[in-house]
Amino acid sequence: MLKTTLFRIIKSGWQSFTRNYWLSTATVAVMILALFIMAGLMLFNVMTQAVVANLEGRVDVSVYFNKDTDEVKVLAVRQELVGLPEVKSVEYVSQDEALKNFKERHKDNQVLLQSLQELEQNPLEASLNIKANDASQYEAISNYLSQERFAGLIDKVNYKQNQDIINRLTRLTGNIQMGGFIVSLFLALLAILVSFNTVRLTMFTWREEISVMRFVGASNWFIRGPFVVEGVLYGIVSAIATILLIFPVLYLISSKITNFLPEVDLMYFYQSNFWQFLLLLLGIGIALGGVSSLIAIRRYLKA
Amino acid sequence: MIVFQKVSKIYNGCTALNSVEVTIKAKEFISLAGPSGAGKSTFLKLLIGEEKPSRGKLFLDKQNIHLIKEKDMPKLRRKIGMIFQDFRLLSDRTAYENVAFAMEVADATNKEIKQDVPQLLELVGLVDKLNQFPHQLSGGEKQRVAIARALIHRPSVILADEPTGNLDLLNTWDIVRLLLKINELGTTIILATHDREVINNLGRRVITLDKGRVIRDEENGRYIL
Repeated sequence: MLKTTLFRIIKSGWQSFTRNYWLSTATVAVMILALFIMAGLMLFNVMTQAVVANLEGRVDVSVYFNKDTDEVKVLAVRQELVGLPEVKSVEYVSQDEALKNFKERHKDNQVLLQSLQELEQNPLEASLNIKANDASQYEAISNYLSQERFAGLIDKVNYKQNQDIINRLTRLTGNIQMGGFIVSLFLALLAILVSFNTVRLTMFTWREEISVMRFVGASNWFIRGPFVVEGVLYGIVSAIATILLIFPVLYLISSKITNFLPEVDLMYFYQSNFWQFLLLLLGIGIALGGVSSLIAIRRYLKA
Repeated sequence: MIVFQKVSKIYNGCTALNSVEVTIKAKEFISLAGPSGAGKSTFLKLLIGEEKPSRGKLFLDKQNIHLIKEKDMPKLRRKIGMIFQDFRLLSDRTAYENVAFAMEVADATNKEIKQDVPQLLELVGLVDKLNQFPHQLSGGEKQRVAIARALIHRPSVILADEPTGNLDLLNTWDIVRLLLKINELGTTIILATHDREVINNLGRRVITLDKGRVIRDEENGRYIL
């Protein structure tokens, strides 16, 4: 019996969806817009995260060791640093490598190279380039290195020179992420409200029918069921339409964004996460359609 | 079978029904007469439980309608068939589906539906319009669909709220004859109307309402105001 009832409810919802195709099309169009905004926001967040990661990757802190510090000890410090939770990577640059890099960088400056040759020994110091997981952690790493036991080994830590720019970067990335989050939240809320209202208006056109169903003796679930099915159908159709619509849009803009931000390839990201996107949009669409109908229908079901 | 015991209904201080005392026996054909605003619709709304009486008690088959729980209301409504001036069909369903819907909500099997719906549409003379949508039917035809739908649960009583209000003379008499036929088959009919012609030609019991009161209740009555 339950199976028959369920089948009838679904069939009824499907009929209402297909027979009133103008109303369905209009509602679906608004929901596509809402889902499209949400998908766009997700892609936008992927983009800002890539930008933030890129900016953070450009910052590091270098520790310069006294010339007489043994390489073994430098490597021991490196080992210790790698073990810290804040540290992402530590790159060792020996005195010889430092000299080679220096010569490479100034190969056009003959005066500088000549004066270098006149020196009997390598004037450059061995160093460790430290990258943190997060820009805000450089201060902790710098503090760690200023401990007494390192005093004899380390000449200087260039955190102080970089401090200002690091702090600014920390603030900037924080702002970008916070701003993105707030804008996303706001637009998502707007999208939800608009589609909720659209579904509500659609249901409003059915209020007469609902009173008829009640007169005929339909139980509340028999009335509600088809409308919820209809709402869910709106969600499914708009999610599928949205997921397909994103392709041509990305096709147009993805390469332009990649030109601008080489580390961001939205099309690739979208394609490799296609199923997650589909599931997520379906989930949002179904929830939005179903819950909106459920709430909208409630006021016509009283008593 | 239907008993009104000093029933009053007050909407926001405005009295729609005032201490109404009426007893209606099974298989009667009652005309509920009176001008617009006399309380006819309220009378019917109380019977199907859409409104609760402000005072007094109201029984259908010895059951106090006022005390029926919300979740049991659909059962009451299946016991009462109702037809309206504006037909109240589901606009996106065919004649057949409109009648079938009333059976579906009552958990009838598909077999029962396939068997009963054409029979009823034949009874009301619409067997050749099964697959027409309401907007493809004339007023009289729509009302027949509504009557077929009202009959589907074999109700013990049919409430008709101005069923001929939107129909021409010819269709009016078709519908009235159909109601008389249904009454002969054993169903109580309460026909609310302000159509003088209809009431005077029926020659059945007439209850006349005015300003919420029963001002006349007579067998073989006439429309007098």
